[in-house]
Amino acid sequence: MKNFSLGKYALPVYAVLAFTYLLIPIAYTFVFSFNDYRRSNIAWRGFTFDNWTSVCEAQGVCEAFATSVSIGLISTVIATVLGTMIAIALVRYRFKFRSAVSLLLFLPMATPELVLGAGLAAQFFNVGAEMGFGTIVIAHVMFCLSFVVVTVKARVASLDPALEEAGRDLYAAPAQVFWKITFPLLLPGIMAAALLAFALSFDDFIITYFNSGPTETFPKYVYTAAAKGLPGEANVIGMSVFFLAIAIVVTVQVRSSLKAKRLAKIK
Amino acid sequence: MATEFVARGADLELKGIRKEFPGFTAIEDLDLHIPAGEFFALLGPSGCGKTTTLRLVAGLDQPTKGQILIGGKDVTHTKAHERPVNTVFQSYALFPHMSVLENVAFGLKQRKIDDPMTKAQASLDLVELGHLALRRPAQLSGGQQQRVALARALVNRPSLLLLDEPLGALDLKLRRQMQIELKAIQMEVGLTFLHVTHDQEEAMDMADTVAVMNKGRIEQMGSPEKLYDRPKTVFVSKFLGQSNLFVGSVEEENASSISINVAGSKITVPKDRAEKHKGKIAVGVRPEKAFFHEEKPKLGAGHNLIGPGEIIDIRFTGVSNQYLIEIPKIGNVTVFAQNIGKSPVTELGAQVWVSWKVEHAFGLSDLPTNTGSETITESITVQ
Repeated sequence: MKNFSLGKYALPVYAVLAFTYLLIPIAYTFVFSFNDYRRSNIAWRGFTFDNWTSVCEAQGVCEAFATSVSIGLISTVIATVLGTMIAIALVRYRFKFRSAVSLLLFLPMATPELVLGAGLAAQFFNVGAEMGFGTIVIAHVMFCLSFVVVTVKARVASLDPALEEAGRDLYAAPAQVFWKITFPLLLPGIMAAALLAFALSFDDFIITYFNSGPTETFPKYVYTAAAKGLPGEANVIGMSVFFLAIAIVVTVQVRSSLKAKRLAKIK
Repeated sequence: MATEFVARGADLELKGIRKEFPGFTAIEDLDLHIPAGEFFALLGPSGCGKTTTLRLVAGLDQPTKGQILIGGKDVTHTKAHERPVNTVFQSYALFPHMSVLENVAFGLKQRKIDDPMTKAQASLDLVELGHLALRRPAQLSGGQQQRVALARALVNRPSLLLLDEPLGALDLKLRRQMQIELKAIQMEVGLTFLHVTHDQEEAMDMADTVAVMNKGRIEQMGSPEKLYDRPKTVFVSKFLGQSNLFVGSVEEENASSISINVAGSKITVPKDRAEKHKGKIAVGVRPEKAFFHEEKPKLGAGHNLIGPGEIIDIRFTGVSNQYLIEIPKIGNVTVFAQNIGKSPVTELGAQVWVSWKVEHAFGLSDLPTNTGSETITESITVQ
């Protein structure tokens, strides 16, 4: 017992348990995307590639996925454009109620989604709007906007105003300064904000549920389907999205580390 | 919008410029004329309004009142990108997402000038950085970045080049080297340079004309030699080098000189070197123009003599020794003695007399804030 130390055994065990806990749902979903299911995808019935080769076979799964992707893209574009403009205004200009605006933008992030969803639904009902694709987009832009503003704002704040002044000094008109200097320098922040907005939109269930009417989004489809045992195709789509996200993260990491290495080499 | 691709500088004229910010006035009624082709330095401590002046000329800020003329043309209400002016920023402000060459070509491309890349490359060659054209600014050293910023401004052949403390971030050796290069480039291209700095040595070293600025006003303007030899205010006498100042009332006056009484000692200054000839005035002398003597010397009327006093501090600075001498009732006097191996006294506590030629004294228009017969020998601290 001379060399016994808590760290030597307890730490690895703890780490393995923690990762198991984190990764089990993902592993389960992955494994069951290969299940040769019949009516419900709960019990293991045998290995098959069918779910992967014929993803769109289950009723409505691909339509729901396509709807979610287009809602995600549209709300991301709108929220990113609006949010970037707000972020620049908040950092660069001094105006009345500036700090109040800054604070109010945090509010939607802190408010429970249930409240936002129900409140918005009541508004749509009051004005007699028909629930569907349009109302979902409006709802998603609303809750993505704050996240975009916060993300882009950090980037704008770290941008040296002298760079834009140098642009003006070098004969660039305001619009040219924006497109040639401000925008390219903010781009990493804007991209990060857009990815975040898309992820939030694609994933959202609660607010969407209140405001979607008959429109079926992917999370809604999965929720309904889960009641009678999720079809394997949903697992396939879920896993595909997961792998796509991992691929994006890995690509970005590898690219930036390669860039750093290349810069170090030239120096 | 585009100005012609001029090869020569233009003159700059500021008429009654005033700039107010919420809560304070940065510049009060500034009038200034810089002739074409001159290297002009605006010298002052931080917060004196010199950078604000530069920004007004560049068009990055608008004056509250007054007119700005470049080459005789009123540009007060034009925008920064419409002015034939380029700036070397304090932080260099190189565009990090462009190569060095693209940075330099930026202004040319904006004005749609033919062959921007060749001209940019030539400009980089001028500052001896042609071989680094394809690098990103982040891969260059501070001195190299500074030269890229200079090339980026110079390549546009502006009528007026503005330099905002461009050497502030460099170490001493590099700064000296850049000062020489900058001056050489200015002579070569013949542009008008407006250089803003808080470094008095830098200003005196490079500029044809120096304007000393304090609290939003120009205190004195002239050639470096004239400003140093004959400062007119306490601020200038302290900011540009060091000065020993003595305050007293004028008691004697003849055709060519006046004398003040400082705690019983008579200090004389030529009339044509004094701003005021009556009442209580401050008279100064530069520490390197003063000498000390172990024995009370026999000096003619052409000299001022005070003492005896005690050497209370000796500082070795390499080329010279700086002696601080405490003279009872008069105060502390600084004397610089060149280090040529025959300094008369080098011991602390020695009794000495201090003398200087009358023609080296100068009379100021104002009084030091902590007046009395005391002298102030510390120079104003510069950051």
